Amino acid sequence: MKAIRILTRGIRDAFKSVFRNFSLSTAAITCSSITLILVAVAMVISYNVKNITSDLERELTIVVYLKEDRTEDQVQKLLKDLETMPNVEDKVYKNKEEWKLEMKSYSDTFSQALDFLETNPLLDSITITVKDVNHLKETTEQIKKYDFVSSADYGEGMAENLVAVFNVVEKVTIIIVVALILVTAFLIGNTIKLTIFSRRGEIDIMRLVGASNISIRLPFIFEGLILGILGSIIPILVTIYGYILLYDHFNGYLFTQIIRLVEPFNFILYVSGALAIIGAIIGMFGSYRAVRRYLKI
Amino acid sequence: MNLIEVKNCYKVYNNGVTAVADFNVSIERGEFVFVIGASGSGKSTFIKMLYREERPTSGRVDVGGINVARLRNSKVYKLRRKIGIVFQDFKLLPKLTVYENVAFALEAIGMHTKEIRPKVIKALENVGLKDKARSFPNQLSGGEQQRVCIARAIVNNPKLLICDEPTGNLDPDISNEIVNILEKINKDSGTTIIMATHDREIVERMKKRVLLIDNGVLAKDYAKGSYKVHESN
Repeated sequence: MKAIRILTRGIRDAFKSVFRNFSLSTAAITCSSITLILVAVAMVISYNVKNITSDLERELTIVVYLKEDRTEDQVQKLLKDLETMPNVEDKVYKNKEEWKLEMKSYSDTFSQALDFLETNPLLDSITITVKDVNHLKETTEQIKKYDFVSSADYGEGMAENLVAVFNVVEKVTIIIVVALILVTAFLIGNTIKLTIFSRRGEIDIMRLVGASNISIRLPFIFEGLILGILGSIIPILVTIYGYILLYDHFNGYLFTQIIRLVEPFNFILYVSGALAIIGAIIGMFGSYRAVRRYLKI
Repeated sequence: MNLIEVKNCYKVYNNGVTAVADFNVSIERGEFVFVIGASGSGKSTFIKMLYREERPTSGRVDVGGINVARLRNSKVYKLRRKIGIVFQDFKLLPKLTVYENVAFALEAIGMHTKEIRPKVIKALENVGLKDKARSFPNQLSGGEQQRVCIARAIVNNPKLLICDEPTGNLDPDISNEIVNILEKINKDSGTTIIMATHDREIVERMKKRVLLIDNGVLAKDYAKGSYKVHESN
């Protein structure tokens, strides 16, 4: 019962303090709103980059051509071996007769040319998709070891560079998000510090009449929580309306058909939820730190 | 058992100043004790050690069975709930009414609202301020503000009431009034009272036990009624 009373009084006092120190609260809410908007932008970029990367990665395949003189047993053996390779996600085998039929359907010229030849000049192929593109090279090397494999390619260089660039972009955006979160925590902590100073008399008396530390600290921690949540409202609205606008404006693609944006729903809801939680947690964390430092109790 | 037991107590501040040296005193339950001494004599340090605002450097300070010297910061509130403190500068919250100021002390320790009301009204009655319950501190005279401070200090029925120069800011008539209220509290509820003061006229008139502190040591311990102003000077 007593704990509940201390809790409800803590919440009540926190709300009172937010409104009583209105200008201070507004300053803290504005600051955290601005930083949280930046956090939201960074999150949206980071998630989209991740999405684009995985889109591209899905397109990356190893194309294996088998030698002319391969035997049926060898083909079966390779297909079986591929199943046991840990990095192989999927494989599509096409023998040269299937290729011939497909190519003949492309155009009449192809059809006539292929008919003109006595033997089929085409090779059997296996198209392999992998689980982890970072190990594309190793998997390709492994396949190349079979002596009946004529070639195995995955677009060396180009693919690796692209993946590397996106990895860097992803890491940088994550660092930016973390840095901004720390800045927000610091700002809210500073505001709480100022409220603590403006309520020094009250705190002194609380200590003198025997208020326990928890009941002195609680209102400040709730105040941080409230400031953090209030500070996340504008960023959430900006994210929801801003992203829908952006998505509709570009019809879901950025610059080219290759770069596909993440669909707004439920993506923006997750981002909004994350912003509210980040606001709440850093608000509490910031004020907890300020309380520990400036209330020597 | 004595309410307060101070043994071989020393207090040396970080800057090397020895405020209290080899201090020994015991105070029984229900006593009314004056603490006198010049400014800088260590009087305030002694008073502050009793409510653990200062910690003795060595020795023992027992208050109501709690060894103040070994009390951790996080447990200080347990001591503070047993004692009431009255200050020279009142320390009232300007934005709260008289009633709220007194109730604040009980709210802060998590008491139920239903229990708070009768206790606050009784405390205000004891200091004769029931009619001013809705006033704000700045609408009161200095003497009245000090009475609010006393009401706040006694509202939780403490065993010990510590008064740090409660009449320091008040004129003589009002000072007498305050001391009379303290004496009444001492008689009616048996609360032990320790009062630090500069006002030797009052000390002589009241005929209570007097501790004279000089240069950080207990210079003299006058028994009830034996203190005379001209002798001590």
